[in-house]
Amino acid sequence: MFGSTLLLALREIRRHILRSILTTLGIIIGVAAVVTMVTLGNGVTASVQEEISSLGASNFIVFPVRTDRGTIRPFDEADVRAVGQQIAGVTIAAGNVAANATAFYNGQDWDTRVQGVSNAFLEAQSISIEEGRPFSADEEQAGKNVCLLGLKVRDAIFLPGTSPVGARMRLGGVSCTVIGVMEERGQGGNGADDDDTVYLPIKNVQRRFRGNDNLDFFVVKYDTAYAASAIQDSLVDLLRERRLLQDGAPNDFNVIDTAQVNQALGAVTGALTAMVAVIASISLLVGGIGIMNIMLVSVTERTREIGIRLAIGALAREVRLQFLTEAVVLCALGGLAGIALGFGASIGLAAVIDVPFVFDPMINIVSFVFAAGMGIVFGYYPASRASKLDPIDALRHE
Amino acid sequence: MTAEPLIQLEGITKTFGNGAAAFQALKGIDLTIERGDFVAIMGPSGSGKSTTMNILGCLDVPTGGVFRFRGVEVQKLDRDQRSLLRRRYLGFVFQGFNLLARTTALENVELPLLYRGENKTQRRESALRALDQVGLVPWASHSPSELSGGQQQRVAIARALVTQPDVLLADEPTGNLDSERSVEIMLLLQRLNGEGITVLMVTHEEEMAAYAKTIVRFRDGQVERIEHSATALAQASGPA
Repeated sequence: MFGSTLLLALREIRRHILRSILTTLGIIIGVAAVVTMVTLGNGVTASVQEEISSLGASNFIVFPVRTDRGTIRPFDEADVRAVGQQIAGVTIAAGNVAANATAFYNGQDWDTRVQGVSNAFLEAQSISIEEGRPFSADEEQAGKNVCLLGLKVRDAIFLPGTSPVGARMRLGGVSCTVIGVMEERGQGGNGADDDDTVYLPIKNVQRRFRGNDNLDFFVVKYDTAYAASAIQDSLVDLLRERRLLQDGAPNDFNVIDTAQVNQALGAVTGALTAMVAVIASISLLVGGIGIMNIMLVSVTERTREIGIRLAIGALAREVRLQFLTEAVVLCALGGLAGIALGFGASIGLAAVIDVPFVFDPMINIVSFVFAAGMGIVFGYYPASRASKLDPIDALRHE
Repeated sequence: MTAEPLIQLEGITKTFGNGAAAFQALKGIDLTIERGDFVAIMGPSGSGKSTTMNILGCLDVPTGGVFRFRGVEVQKLDRDQRSLLRRRYLGFVFQGFNLLARTTALENVELPLLYRGENKTQRRESALRALDQVGLVPWASHSPSELSGGQQQRVAIARALVTQPDVLLADEPTGNLDSERSVEIMLLLQRLNGEGITVLMVTHEEEMAAYAKTIVRFRDGQVERIEHSATALAQASGPA
């Protein structure tokens, strides 16, 4: 009985194929939107999380901010040393200073960003060397003319297949020796391309590119056995003291906890997903009303058929089941089409916006079940109307 | 069981509408139909013959009176119980054939069996047997639009027969057919009646009524006269 009801439903849907497709368009689009947005959202979350974990899971980033008087008081190496030495639980404190420069080699040039860093900074940020060696202690101390290349810079000015290690290149007016090449990193958390950069010892960038002893920011890596909040409090106290801030004066610097950023990002992604769910629900609601409408039309068109079925002994619930099945099958097919469309769209869009494609079976199952559920909700009234028809009137219907 | 008449109507009334607009279509019908009878219900339009037919077919319930079918008081049954009664004991043939369009003759005949929960093989077998009874096996895979009026009505009869009902109800079965096809249908009904099915038929054509054993004449919502047809009497007395 159920098999033949299902068959009948499929036959009715095929009989009005164009109408069926147009009717389910709302469901198709709604489901496709949900699947696409959730899949892309997962991709974005995954890529951001990867980014943050590359910053180091237990890291603070500390940078000066503009005060009310409009001035910025930068940090210097002494601050970083103090943090590293005076706060219990801190394993690494390492500064960063950056400048723009053009890289030249063998007639090729490339505009890039030079960053003054230490080996400790590279370690804290989990940046590893693909080829060559890190800075030596001597090079760091003296700020020697040695550099580590990002992949993009290497590819831009060195011939493919040749090793740049040992080569002398020029960065703006500074000549330096390449001692290594960094591993591929991808897009940085601050929007900068971490592969399009050249790392030099801090002192070198300070002296030759910036002309002062300032740092742009520094990172603090801590032992996870310590409470992050306790470390953050000590950090703030120490820096306020060093900067001679009076009680009540606001901090003229900012401490960002990457773990918190991670959480905040999760919250934002969650909010976005909720918003998409609301929009999709509206789309599905509109789609559902479309289904209801077309099912009512179908019941009217087939009044005579319903009359015949009732006359030969169909029970009310059997007629209801027939139309309900049709609505559910219609919605379920719409759901499947939506999932297929969403699948294709998310693969395409993931490539376009450069996030990984993360397949989430749950959202596909949920969308499908939800779509089929729409069939029950919006198919019930038309089906129940069909089942309540008077067989005598229905048979007379032209 | 056998002593009891198949159908008994006692003081059946039917009123449509309420209050001032109320219209009494049946004003107290008493009628008994025995098993194996072939009854033609005749009368002018508005005489109540179709209303009576709808009640006899368990499609409608009387406003008053008692309708017993196989001893069951049908007026006390609910909608679904009457559906079950139709499904098991009644077969319908309509003036307008009422076949499902774009559905083959065989599938149309199988339809009542679907609601009886029979499996595909059983359905096919029974449907082919019913089509054979009306001589339409070669047309089994044709849709109604590919069949003539007479053939469509024979498919409809096969559909009514397929459940091996006690009663075949035919509402103006020849109303949409020319006289030659009409005679074919009447001979078919007569033959089926001869095989034991009780046939109830509404018609306004005397020539068609002549094939019945009993003619019930209606006028103004009442039974005016019950008569036994000459043909029927002739048939009853021996093979023609």
